[in-house]
Amino acid sequence: MHDADSIVVERQDFAGLFEILRSLGYAVVGPTVKDQAIVYDQLSQVDDLPIGWTDEQEAGHYRLRRRNDAALFGYAVGPHSWKKFLHPPRLRLFQAERSEDGAMVFKQEPVEAPKYAFLGVRSCEAHAIAIQDRVFLEGAVADPTYRERRIGALLIAVNCGFPSSTCFCHSMKTGPGISQNTKVDIELTELLDDEGHRFVFQARSQKGQTIVDRLPARRTTRGDLDAAEALVAEATETMTRELNAEGVRDLLYANLEHPRWDEVADRCLTCANCTMVCPTCFCTTVEDVTDITGDHAERWRRWDSCFTLDFSHMPGGSSRQTSKSRYRQWLTHKLATWHDQFGTSGCVGCGRCISWCPVGIDLTEEIQVMGQSTQGVPSS
Amino acid sequence: MFMKIGSDLRPSSIQPDPMCPDVHHVMSISQETSDIYTLKLQPTERREAVRFAPGQFNMLYAFGVGECAISISGDPTVNNVTEHTIRRVGLVTGTLGSVRAGDSIGVRGPFGTPWPMDQARGRDVLLIAGGIGMAPLRPVIMDVLANRENYKELTILSGSRDPEGILFADELLTWKKQPGVDSKVTVDHADSRWNGNVGVVTTLVNRTVKDPKDTIAFVCGPEIMMRYAVTELQKNGLGKDQIYLSLERNMKCAIGLCGHCQFGSEFICRDGPVFRYDRIEFWLNQREL
Amino acid sequence: MTHSRYPELSEHAFFAGLDNAAVAAIQSCARDCHYATGNWIARQGAPADDLYFIQDGRVAVVFPAPQRELTIQTLSAGDIVGWSWLMPPHEWQFDIKAVKDCSMMGIDGRSLRAKCEQDHHLGYALMKRLSRVMVDRLQATRLQLMDVYENRK
Repeated sequence: MHDADSIVVERQDFAGLFEILRSLGYAVVGPTVKDQAIVYDQLSQVDDLPIGWTDEQEAGHYRLRRRNDAALFGYAVGPHSWKKFLHPPRLRLFQAERSEDGAMVFKQEPVEAPKYAFLGVRSCEAHAIAIQDRVFLEGAVADPTYRERRIGALLIAVNCGFPSSTCFCHSMKTGPGISQNTKVDIELTELLDDEGHRFVFQARSQKGQTIVDRLPARRTTRGDLDAAEALVAEATETMTRELNAEGVRDLLYANLEHPRWDEVADRCLTCANCTMVCPTCFCTTVEDVTDITGDHAERWRRWDSCFTLDFSHMPGGSSRQTSKSRYRQWLTHKLATWHDQFGTSGCVGCGRCISWCPVGIDLTEEIQVMGQSTQGVPSS
Repeated sequence: MFMKIGSDLRPSSIQPDPMCPDVHHVMSISQETSDIYTLKLQPTERREAVRFAPGQFNMLYAFGVGECAISISGDPTVNNVTEHTIRRVGLVTGTLGSVRAGDSIGVRGPFGTPWPMDQARGRDVLLIAGGIGMAPLRPVIMDVLANRENYKELTILSGSRDPEGILFADELLTWKKQPGVDSKVTVDHADSRWNGNVGVVTTLVNRTVKDPKDTIAFVCGPEIMMRYAVTELQKNGLGKDQIYLSLERNMKCAIGLCGHCQFGSEFICRDGPVFRYDRIEFWLNQREL
Repeated sequence: MTHSRYPELSEHAFFAGLDNAAVAAIQSCARDCHYATGNWIARQGAPADDLYFIQDGRVAVVFPAPQRELTIQTLSAGDIVGWSWLMPPHEWQFDIKAVKDCSMMGIDGRSLRAKCEQDHHLGYALMKRLSRVMVDRLQATRLQLMDVYENRK
């Protein structure tokens, strides 16, 4: 949360942020309305933001609604997450040429790393980025594309004032407010009350400081800080969904054969929507292509999902044949094995998988049911 | 002051891309059984010597077709030559099987955890192989034979579907003649022309273990066979910490980033393929993992 | 302690835990047998009167199929073979063939059966040991049936 160093930028001066970012060579990406949803895309001006829009979400339900004000960040989260910029959905890995004598040459792909400023990062999303940092940067081998893009990226985070009904970040301790140890460059809070439409800015890194210093601003008052705090407090209050993050790992390990998995499998379409919208899901597959001569080949990486049958393909057949085993893999990975692999949960409580599930499967409900009828003694 | 962003990362200079293969030259291709062949490879341009430890694998790339994870079956004491014993099971392994000496293929690796040869020092070494599972154990045999004084008895138990499918059949006979080495071969299916053992490889475990407290077992084969092998080894007095298995799952990246090879908490490519049994016991007993 | 012609019998894992009287009872029905490679030890359908302890060599349990003889499993030193004498109709269910010169200790199943009827303590001890061998054999056969080296497509 903000402290005494924070400053206030009035709504009419907010466009200045875009100019500063552009002058520093950043491509600004952030929320905008497209295809009846708030998505993340390149922004050229303040007017590209979803001014006056909010999102209404429920299990299997997402609709845009008009707000009765002109808030810039008055929504929760949409189907996109920042991973589409840091971990591109499609990426060429290399090209290969074969000459007439059968010799082969590989051409390493240069890492393409645009310098992005992410405007409007939610606290849950900053946590999701930190989780992907662990996956892509902190293992034995780092992902070169993620690495370069991540180094260049500027995170401008916005405290969340309007969680949707599918949100449960409070349970996962990832929001709605941005905590001191969340890695972002700038923290801001949008205030829209009797005192006017304004933004509390707080630099959270050296990089962020140089930007905040250039904004036309005034010092914060006690009233600004109280209002910012109240916004997050109210947001926390409105969250109704819950997940027992403490015990969920052991609960899942003790219930890998719980009958509930069959029940979920009856509803699950294995459509992979949840993995595509999840801000931490990182799995990829590769595709090999050749041109018509057969002497030029390319290898592409693209996002993959553990919900496909092909994902676990082995010579004797897929190791996860049933949708039950694939749903179990996804949920168990997200909430349990992720802890063993990366020392953190793979879930940030953003609720996307609930809203974008075509049949409205709600992981918080599944975990609750299993908790009430646990089949085994949870052990570690 | 401020939190550091992105774990103190600074832009990297151009580094070799872990996903881009190196060109390897095919020195030879030889047919082992009707559907198994061995490729002998040499890097065409590489600065440092290519070394591997028994149990590790490479990603082999067939031009324009794809890549697959293949364990190294050659001699670990020889640098810059890698052998891969491959079963034709799909498009990539089929294409690789049609290369000729002098052709090029792409190679990434070596990857993965090796068999713990240090744990085997001074002990009886028991190898249990099923089918193509013999391939990643062959470097162990070569290592033991090259450093005979470091190990006690070496016993090789090898199971195949039928007599025609016995991998490294000639070598098994040669190895058996070495001092301190015993090898037993069995097949699942045979007619009366075969006068060797018939029965699953796990039936050979009984009466093979002489000193259970001082034996280490390395097992590689189909997962079901490995589960039975573990049971037999435990019946014969081996502890969970004396049994190592090499596991297999679909792999795309081999560096722990693509998510495909997850086996519960483990990434087979990064944390395996060789695991001590007690580490993966819980997951090995789950279905459809 | 009874003097025994078959001291190795009491050391066989199969007899571990049996009291001396029981071992002696079994030994009293024992005899040495030798079969050269290629010889038949038993044929399917013939009266089954023997339980064999293989001491050396190898035998095959063969299913006599019309076109060819299928070997179901082989057994070697330390293994036992033959339990058809236990249950009616007391006939061999498979052929048994020596595939490598074989030394075995044969036990007369009919006498043993009679002893077990008289002495249920002995009968139970023997049955417990035999059923364990049978279960192991059944498990191995099940694994064999799975054809684990074959590619399922």
